[in-house]
Amino acid sequence: MTVRIGVVVFPGSNRDIDAVNALQVAGAEPVILWHEQASLEGAAAVILPGGFAYGDYLRAGVIARFSPVMRSVAAFAADGGLVLGICNGFQVLTEAHLLPGALLRNRGLRFVSRQVALVAERHDTPFTRAIGDSRPLRMPVAHGEGCFYADAATLDDLERDGQVLFRYARADGSIAGETDDPANPNGSMRAIAGVMNAAGNVAGLMPHPETAVEAVLGSADGLPIIRSFVESAAQRAAGPAPVAVGAR
Amino acid sequence: MSVEFRFAVNVTPKPGILDPQGRAVEGSLGHLGIEGVSAVRVGRRVELTVTAPDEDAARETVERLASDLLSNPLIDAYEVEAIGATSSTVGARG
Repeated sequence: MTVRIGVVVFPGSNRDIDAVNALQVAGAEPVILWHEQASLEGAAAVILPGGFAYGDYLRAGVIARFSPVMRSVAAFAADGGLVLGICNGFQVLTEAHLLPGALLRNRGLRFVSRQVALVAERHDTPFTRAIGDSRPLRMPVAHGEGCFYADAATLDDLERDGQVLFRYARADGSIAGETDDPANPNGSMRAIAGVMNAAGNVAGLMPHPETAVEAVLGSADGLPIIRSFVESAAQRAAGPAPVAVGAR
Repeated sequence: MSVEFRFAVNVTPKPGILDPQGRAVEGSLGHLGIEGVSAVRVGRRVELTVTAPDEDAARETVERLASDLLSNPLIDAYEVEAIGATSSTVGARG
């Protein structure tokens, strides 16, 4: 059975279609969730896509937090539902306090739109389990406010508790520096590109795996992330008893 | 009877938080031939009118708005400033 996955659309979302495409490539059935609706329409998991929700006015992601659909997403997440925020979706999740930290204006001030490399720190989460080996994954970033920030104590906690999912990396797979390293596109602290919550069911990242799911798009390295998410959602939808990870 | 109160909320990056905008402004000062300016921090000022029975109630609303929406407590500090009550009253008209 095909698993249904919700893609939230805010006014100003612009990567929703890419998320829909990625879900289809990964074998899921996408369902669009408009920001004014409270129903998640039985979705087994939810993606918050990239874009500029509500024009990014005030702070990126903050207005979206108060929309009817986000109240439902927060309740869904509190119940253990799987939620993935990509780029602007990541910003929305931090503003909604569903993920730790904040995304500040890029250290270099410029909007950065280019391919980057990242490495997964974990290969055993609902968001990364299909990644397999640990070679750097190539996918684009496109954001002006993607500098991951948290205070030092929070960063230590995130690292200790295994909540750091992705870091920006150089081509050889070594972790990027914080400043003056082109491999870190926005100056994120400790080169953090993606994190998850303590419960392990909500994750966000600035790079765009959903626009890197087919060779024709320049890279298919994002597909294992989308597939991890789809497989995990399918497993949860099938019932509480965990089953083996699908063939890859 | 309710009165309208005018407030400003000044939101600034907390001390120690990276402020690339402030740095960019600082970087441009040389082009203007200005010297001796440092520690530039760029924030945001939001002005608003609150209709409430009294100033305390109005301020309470602004505080809530400031901490829940206008600032992100993780990265921003804010300050609420009363910029005067207007004389107009907003009450139920017969």
